[in-house]
Amino acid sequence: MRIALEARREASRAAILLAPLLATLATLVAGFVVFEALGKDPVAAFHAFFIRPLATRYGVGELLLKASPLMLIATGLAVGYRANVWNIGAEGQLTLGAIAGGGLALAAGDAQVPSALLLPAMIVAGALCGMAWAAIPAWLRTRFNANEILTSLMLVYVANLFLSWLIHGPWRDPDGYNFPQSKLFTDAALLPNLVSGTRLNAGLLIALAVVAIEWLFIRRSVWGFEMRVAGLAPAAAAYAGISSKRNVWLGMLAGGACAGIAGVNEAAGPIGQLLPTMSPGYGFAAIIVAFVGRLHPVGIVFASLLMSLLYLGGESAQVNLALPSAVTGLFQGTLLFFLLAADVLVNYRLRAVRARPAAR
Amino acid sequence: MDTCAQLVILTLAAGTPLVFAALGELVVEKAGVLNLGVEGMMLTGAVASFIVTADTHSPWLGVGAGALAGAALSLVFAVIALTLLANQVATGLALSLFGVGLSAFVGRGYISVVIEGIKPLSIPGLSDAAIVGRLLFGHNPMVYLSLALFVAVQWFLHRTRTGLVLRAVGESPASAHAIGHRVIALRYAAVLFGGACAGLGGAYMAVAYTPSWAEGMTAGRGWIALALLVFATWKPWRVLAGAYLFGGVTLAQFQAQAAGVAIPSQLLAMLPYVATIVVLAIISRDATTIRLNAPASLGRPFHPE
Amino acid sequence: MSAAAIPPEVRMRPRLALRGITKAYPGVVANDRIDLDVLPGEIHAVLGENGAGKSTLMKIIYGVVKPDAGTMQWEGQAVRIASPAQARRLGLGMVFQHFSLFETLTVAENIALALDAAEAGSGLPAKIRDVSRRYGLTLDPARLVHAMSVGERQRVEIVRCLLQAPRVLIMDEPTSVLTPQAVLRLFDTLRRLADEGCSILYISHKLDEIRALCHRATVLRAGRVTGECDPRRETAAALARMMIGAELPHPRHRPPVAGAPALVVDGLDLRPDDPFGTTLRSVSLTLRAGEIVGIAGVSGNGQRELLAALSGERRVARRNAVVLCGTAAGRLGAAQRRSLGLAFVPEERLGRGAVPEMSLADNALLTARHRGLVSHGLIRADAARSRAAEIIASWNVKTAGPEAAARSLSGGNLQKFIVGREILQGPRVLIAAQPTWGVDVGASAQIRQALIDLRDAGVAVLVVSEELEELIETCDRLAVIAQGRLSPARPVAETNAEEIGLLMAGSAATPERTAAARRP
Repeated sequence: MRIALEARREASRAAILLAPLLATLATLVAGFVVFEALGKDPVAAFHAFFIRPLATRYGVGELLLKASPLMLIATGLAVGYRANVWNIGAEGQLTLGAIAGGGLALAAGDAQVPSALLLPAMIVAGALCGMAWAAIPAWLRTRFNANEILTSLMLVYVANLFLSWLIHGPWRDPDGYNFPQSKLFTDAALLPNLVSGTRLNAGLLIALAVVAIEWLFIRRSVWGFEMRVAGLAPAAAAYAGISSKRNVWLGMLAGGACAGIAGVNEAAGPIGQLLPTMSPGYGFAAIIVAFVGRLHPVGIVFASLLMSLLYLGGESAQVNLALPSAVTGLFQGTLLFFLLAADVLVNYRLRAVRARPAAR
Repeated sequence: MDTCAQLVILTLAAGTPLVFAALGELVVEKAGVLNLGVEGMMLTGAVASFIVTADTHSPWLGVGAGALAGAALSLVFAVIALTLLANQVATGLALSLFGVGLSAFVGRGYISVVIEGIKPLSIPGLSDAAIVGRLLFGHNPMVYLSLALFVAVQWFLHRTRTGLVLRAVGESPASAHAIGHRVIALRYAAVLFGGACAGLGGAYMAVAYTPSWAEGMTAGRGWIALALLVFATWKPWRVLAGAYLFGGVTLAQFQAQAAGVAIPSQLLAMLPYVATIVVLAIISRDATTIRLNAPASLGRPFHPE
Repeated sequence: MSAAAIPPEVRMRPRLALRGITKAYPGVVANDRIDLDVLPGEIHAVLGENGAGKSTLMKIIYGVVKPDAGTMQWEGQAVRIASPAQARRLGLGMVFQHFSLFETLTVAENIALALDAAEAGSGLPAKIRDVSRRYGLTLDPARLVHAMSVGERQRVEIVRCLLQAPRVLIMDEPTSVLTPQAVLRLFDTLRRLADEGCSILYISHKLDEIRALCHRATVLRAGRVTGECDPRRETAAALARMMIGAELPHPRHRPPVAGAPALVVDGLDLRPDDPFGTTLRSVSLTLRAGEIVGIAGVSGNGQRELLAALSGERRVARRNAVVLCGTAAGRLGAAQRRSLGLAFVPEERLGRGAVPEMSLADNALLTARHRGLVSHGLIRADAARSRAAEIIASWNVKTAGPEAAARSLSGGNLQKFIVGREILQGPRVLIAAQPTWGVDVGASAQIRQALIDLRDAGVAVLVVSEELEELIETCDRLAVIAQGRLSPARPVAETNAEEIGLLMAGSAATPERTAAARRP
């Protein structure tokens, strides 16, 4: 007997919802095995990884704090992914957003610009610069047919080198003992805190607002519909007169804007200055969030919480279990693998095929 | 003249990781499979080869381990994308992200370890004799290995029956299946080969080129290798030429830094990435050439029946 | 239907015998307990309309698809054919309806791929020339397939089978890609093969061809065998009754009342996007309100390019090359041309005419985004759903309802939905590509009648099809496309299949004609 895949006539709605849960479960089982193999007590490790980070009010605040950029970026990326526009350079767009917003904060300096003016300006500048950075692959794709996966990723390296140059050069804090870092932002350039006793800031509200807009966009707008068509059946999109160029621009710019804002939020939020590295890979982790969340706004909210927990768990495991925080990346990748594997159930059913008896 | 020979040797040395990775991916893509996980497989190969070399003091054993590790990681891709028919773009991305995490995790204890790597050839009377001697005999042994790989891939694709079947599968898996070829089995083999080659590319960096281990040490070379295939319009000899071109760009950047050019090092370091983008745009512009040369079924899942 | 009808020379032990072959797919039984005997040296027709299960049965015989139940005997021995390679080793050859050729490879490479490694050695080109000469199938082994016409490609497929000296040759709808003249040449080749003792399984839904060629016919309907006969002794009407269980329907016609030009193509030159495509050369055509014009031709002669240029999927540099309802539309996109009154039924249903994964309600929205279903950029989901329900009801589409995914529909039902969707938009010009291809007889009759009714209502209709009978039956005027050139449209009554066939073969320099000239 062997297991064969049999195509379903219609995608299974149950499997669409079930696959992420199945993948999460499988990731936990895999984690259990890995902890066991590393000679750690799996129960203690699970406690350190998944429970301890959430045991305090501060911890819950951290969960939401780290979920915000993931949610924001994944929502932006999902716009493009739905139309097969693969922006995987959000990390670079985030960096550019941080540079723009941070640059404005540094320029304002001690000039006593009111927060109500400075912060929105920083966010707009971040969004615009993120979009500009994403516009490069969009333009190269629409004008030269260049693969946006490769160009957007190359631009991540360029963006990070650019930030590194700024921090080591013109924007270095003169009183910073030669450390590669900018001056600290003034209070006016910092996002307001939401809950006392935590680091949670208004970035979460921005992310949630964007999620709501996205929900409206895909559920109700004709552009959202057109992008879905383009993703599912490009020939049908061309037949129906849907502009593929507009889809590329829309998809790339949405991702760039969201990543840019996320960059500002990191600079003006938990970091409060510019550093050579502005994000622990949020731009890449958001790709996983987008997929695990099924490119759906509500799914993305849940997936970003899960991914945020993996970040916190990694930090906690470093402190409590003496495991390197790289274990986070391992878990993230594993989760996506399991999800992609479980997705087979959406369009296929498993069928046991009995080996046919040999000819009589 | 001597510096000239030295420059050629250094250029080849800098381009060799790309030769390994891109030739492997070439075979994968010729079979119609798009594996974007090259960067992850290179890093995994690099860390595996470094660890084995550090522990056994045998760099060649390390190279073997690197190839095996790359192939092992590519097997994950094959199962998910070929058997379970997942989106190849997403699966490849997952492989890259996972490989980055895995290599960082496994390699944590080896960051400042010093190993005895594979040294360039030094045959008395040949490697140090005249310029020709140096050009012919002065390279790292793994550079010769990469050239042998080039010859093998070229011969395989265009002179063997299996190579012909592979190209046919890449163009139309349904037709190949209909006339009785084992599409999935062949694609598995191609993906594993590509993984092993990417692993070799990483191993070359970790035990021959640098030799050292650092997180993310391939610095996007896996992605550049993917771009290289477009640049080369999927032809082996153009892959080789492209790899050395990028080797030259990387080298130019180091040379400029060493020479104390007044441009900040970070901006110089952008050069290979910007060059990749520019080259990609120029080549992709000619959509007809791309369509004629790109394997027609590239990236599309295939389910027999 | 009597055994006496079978000539004595073929009344012997079957070379291939099927018993109780059954294959079910989700929602449909493609083959239901099928029995079939193929005798040595006979040309045996498997007759049935689209969707009757002919292709599935052939794929089972050739080892591409595994049956759920049933047995097979080859020369009296029980066999289980697990793969095409095994089928070939037994002596089975198959020419596919959709060719299994590789565009970027040469003829010799294509043929080598289908042979065992031992046979595909260096002597292959000589063997290819030898076989092609013997059967009058001219071929150059070194040519690349993408540069060849469809008819030539079929020759590659046939030669590829013949090289293995098959004892049973399966031909799946082989004439759909040929001009009428080329069909006669193919029949010569097949008869010669049969005389040499090769059995031929001839799959078709074309009654006249089967009556002209085949010794025996097995008729399939909805996956079951519904009859067996000697087609040479049956009328077309009798065969049709066996095939569809009813008389073949014919559409009602009224004399055309052609009005003002609705679509004018003037000297259209266009290089293809696709490197394997066809260049259009000074194509001109005038389509008037209230008439149906047909474009005949063997596929791959520029139909795809012409349709894209008309629908707006491909824009044309010269604005006046395409004039739609009085507006120069060359540079307009597909959506803009739709708003001028154009509707289009494309050849591919799943993936182009409809999004397979989307619901019928969403698919109703696909080409009607700007016709009352969208306001202020927001979709009116209720309106889309009731639009889909309206199409389903008025076209009698068999489906679970507006929320069913397009891919869950059968080919005929989906085509009815697409045609219905396009007609419901009240077009002034309707273009339909292969409107009844792969559609069952009932649905195609309904679609043809709808096109004629549309014409009578004053709409300009353009039908592009490879089915000559269909065009002659429905159209008022007929043009022929060959190698990217379009002949002037002639009234159907003033032309005939012979003449159209010559036009389909193109100018004297075409390979089809040279092939004919070289025949002994």
